[in-house]
Amino acid sequence: MRHSRPPRENSTLAVPLPEALKTPDASRVRQRNVLYGPWVPLGFVLPALVYFAAMFGYPLYYSISMSVRHFTVASFLTGVAPYVGLRNYVDLFTDRLFLAALGKTAIFTVFSIAGQMVIGMLLALFFRRAFPFSSAMRALLLAPWLLPIVVSASVWRWMFAQDTGIINYVLLSAGIVSEPVPWLIEPAYALCAVIFTNIWIGIPFSMAVFHSGLQALPKEIFEAAEIDGANAWQRFRFVTLPLLKPLTAIVFILSVTYTVKVFDLIFVMTGGGPAYGTETLAIRSYQLSFRDLDFGHGAAVGNVLILISLCFAFFYIRSFKRSLIVEEG
Amino acid sequence: MRRERTGMWLRIGCGVLIVGVMLFPLYWMANASLQAQWALLDPSPRWLPFPPLIDGYKSAAGSQWPHIVTSCAVASAAAVLSLAVAAPCAYALVVFRMRWTTFFILLMLIAQMLPHIVMANALYAIYAQLGLLDTYYGLILADSTMGVPFAILILRAFMASLPRTLVEAALCDGLGYWGVFFHIVLPLSRNGLITSGLFCFLFAWSDFIFALTLSTRQKIVPITLGIYDFIGTHGTDWNGIMATAVMASIPPIVLLLFGQKYITAGLIGGAVKE
Repeated sequence: MRHSRPPRENSTLAVPLPEALKTPDASRVRQRNVLYGPWVPLGFVLPALVYFAAMFGYPLYYSISMSVRHFTVASFLTGVAPYVGLRNYVDLFTDRLFLAALGKTAIFTVFSIAGQMVIGMLLALFFRRAFPFSSAMRALLLAPWLLPIVVSASVWRWMFAQDTGIINYVLLSAGIVSEPVPWLIEPAYALCAVIFTNIWIGIPFSMAVFHSGLQALPKEIFEAAEIDGANAWQRFRFVTLPLLKPLTAIVFILSVTYTVKVFDLIFVMTGGGPAYGTETLAIRSYQLSFRDLDFGHGAAVGNVLILISLCFAFFYIRSFKRSLIVEEG
Repeated sequence: MRRERTGMWLRIGCGVLIVGVMLFPLYWMANASLQAQWALLDPSPRWLPFPPLIDGYKSAAGSQWPHIVTSCAVASAAAVLSLAVAAPCAYALVVFRMRWTTFFILLMLIAQMLPHIVMANALYAIYAQLGLLDTYYGLILADSTMGVPFAILILRAFMASLPRTLVEAALCDGLGYWGVFFHIVLPLSRNGLITSGLFCFLFAWSDFIFALTLSTRQKIVPITLGIYDFIGTHGTDWNGIMATAVMASIPPIVLLLFGQKYITAGLIGGAVKE
C-alpha cells in the first residue's frame, strides 16, 4: 500500500533507510494522547515481552552461565555444574581446533561476502533499467535465497561429487583440469566448495537490496554526469558507488552477521570435514556440545561467535541510531 | 530505433543466460530426481530426464511423506504463534507513544543476529530440564524465534503506513484500542499479515538445526532432517535424495511463483516501494 507521507530529508544516509527500520513520524509521535493509561500499551506488548524474555533473554543468560561452568552431560543428570570462571574461554585460546575454526570462519566470511556483494552489485546494475521480463527474471533469481538451505546443500553436494558430479564433468570437458578435482575430499577444495555454495545462496539478497537502492537514486545526477562527459565506469565509480555507500555498509554488516553463523550449509555438505577442513566456529560449537557433550566449552565458542557478530552489529546500530535521532529531532 | 531494439534483445538474452546459470542447480535437482539410479552413477551426465522415471519419488515418498506432514504442522503452528505474538506488539509500537520504541527495535535487530547454534545449545539444556526435548511444543517454540522479530519489524512498517485518521476516527466513535486493533487495523493489515506469516512459515519449514538438536530421539523429523538422514543412509540413492529435495522445495517455489509481491516486501523488510 502506498502512503502519502512526504519523504524526509536524512542527513546521514543518501538512500533512505529501509521502511522497517524507521520510527514513526515525529509529528505523529508528538501528538499528546490522553486516552490511555500506561497499562493499555503494556497489554499489547506484554506477550512479546514475555516471549522475548523466555525465548531470547533466558537462553542468552543460560548460554553465558553454561560457558563459565564445567557443564557436561553429567550435569543434566546430577544437576551439578561447578563454576570455573573464565577457564573455558582460556582453554579455547590454547585449543588448536578452536584457533583453526576461527581462521576458517574468517576465510569463509571474507570470500563469501566479497563474492556475493560483487556479483549481487553487478546483477543489480544489469537489472537497473527495466526491460521486457526483467522483473520476472529478478523474481526467479531470488529462488536460491528462499530454498531451505538443506536442499541447496544437498544439491551442491551432489554437483561437487568427484566422479559423478556435473562440476567436474564440465571442468574436464572444457579442459580446465586434467583429472577430477577432489571437491569435498581435500580440505582446501572443500572449503572452496562451501564458500562457492554460500555465495550462490547470498547473491539474491545483495542483488535485491542493491537493486532497491539503485532505484531510489535520483536520475538527474546521472544525467548531469553524462552531460559532463563521464563514461559509464566513471559514473559508477564517482556517482553510484559513493551514493550507495551507506546501503553497502548495511548489506556488508547484515551479510557478516549472517555468514559467521552459517551452520546447515556446511554441516550437510561436509559435516565440518574432511580433517576439520571446513570446521567453522558454528560447527565447532555444535561438535563440542553435541558430539563431545562438553556443553561448557560449546557455549563458550558460541558466545565468541556472538561477540564477533556484536562487534559488527555495533557499527550498524551506531549509524542506525544516528539516523533515528536526525529523524526525530 | 533499430539499435535500441537489438539492445533490448541483447539484454533479454543476457538476462535469460544469467537466470539459466543461477538456477541451473534447481534444474539439475529436478533432472536427477527423474532419472534412474544407475544413470546418475554414470560419469557422463544425462542432460534431459527422458523418459522421466518416478522411481526416485517412489522411494522417497514412502519414507518422507510423514516428514512432510510434520514439517507442515510445525511450520504452520510456528507461523501462527509468531503472528499472535508479533501483531499486537507491532500495533503498540505504531499507535502508542513509547519512550523505548527505538530500544525495542534495536533489540529485535540484535535478536535476529543471534547465531542459531547458541540458541540450540542453550535451548537444549533448558528443554532438558523442562522436559520439552522431543516435543512438538518445544520445536514450535524454537522455530518461532526466527519469525517473531522479523514479523514485528514487517508488521510495524506495514501498520505505520495505514492512515492514522482511521484509528483516530474509530477511537472517537468509542471503539477501544483493542477494538481498533481487531476491527480496523488487523483487517487492513491483511497483506502485511500474509507476508510475515508466509515468511515465518518458510523460516520454520527450512529449519534444520533446531530439529537436529532438540529432537534427539528421532521422534519429530521434519523434511529437512529427513533429507539429511536420507543422504546418511542411502548415500548413493541420489534420485531419491533429489526427489525429497524437490518435495521440500515446493512451498518456497509456490511462494516464488504466486506470491511475488509478498516476497519482495519481505526480503528487504519493506525497503522498496516499487
